[in-house]
Amino acid sequence: MRYAILLMGTPYSDQASHSALRFAHALVARGHCLEAVFFYHDGVHNAARLAAPPQDEPHLVDAWAGLANEHRVALQVCIAAALRRGLLDEREAARHGKDGVSVQAPFELTGLGQLVDLGMRCDRLVTFGP
Amino acid sequence: MQDHHHYDSDLLVILRHGPHGSSWLKEGLDAALVAAAFGRRVSLLFMGEGVAALMPCQKKGPLGQKGTAETLEMLEMYDIDSLLVEEQGLSCLGLSSDDLMLEVTSLSPPALARVFAEHRLVLTF
Repeated sequence: MRYAILLMGTPYSDQASHSALRFAHALVARGHCLEAVFFYHDGVHNAARLAAPPQDEPHLVDAWAGLANEHRVALQVCIAAALRRGLLDEREAARHGKDGVSVQAPFELTGLGQLVDLGMRCDRLVTFGP
Repeated sequence: MQDHHHYDSDLLVILRHGPHGSSWLKEGLDAALVAAAFGRRVSLLFMGEGVAALMPCQKKGPLGQKGTAETLEMLEMYDIDSLLVEEQGLSCLGLSSDDLMLEVTSLSPPALARVFAEHRLVLTF
């Protein structure tokens, strides 16, 4: 089946991101296709390039990037939710006159229309939130 | 009698948070508006504390957050006219549908279950 995940929980503060990641790996292991993970609400913090968790804890940002690179899963971040929370890619940083970049590939800033599209196109859209 | 209505929308957006204290309501409404702008038929279901969103005059507050009343007033412009309210959510807050700023359909628990079953795609905020 074709799946998509909607993640709305912030990393480390609650379980949602960890559960979503485990679910994503389980889908792939069972031979399903995971088209994309869409990050919305506080879930956009999963795309924070500068996250530096202690070495003996899971690195969620790197884990998402690894999933994307190994299994060609798109990592789509709602641009409106991201910008107001300080998550900007190179283009948005330049546009807003900021000298730091907090989002990089394979995460991509995109619109909510992508979420609707995923929901319509995939067989299942599974939501994880706090 | 409303219980036998058939919901033929593409997407059900469930709003479970009040207008103040978090961005859940605002970001949920944003998702509904975007879906409608992309030509999808959207039903909105206000559940639990979310029914407070329909109280009149939910304007900008002291924290500087935008009010949600203005967004709700725009729903008609986006052709979102399927507005559903959880009957128990209303009664828990001591409200009736006459107290609300928009015309809504109030749903009993069995009707609620049918609404969930009739929508392929459900987004919960």
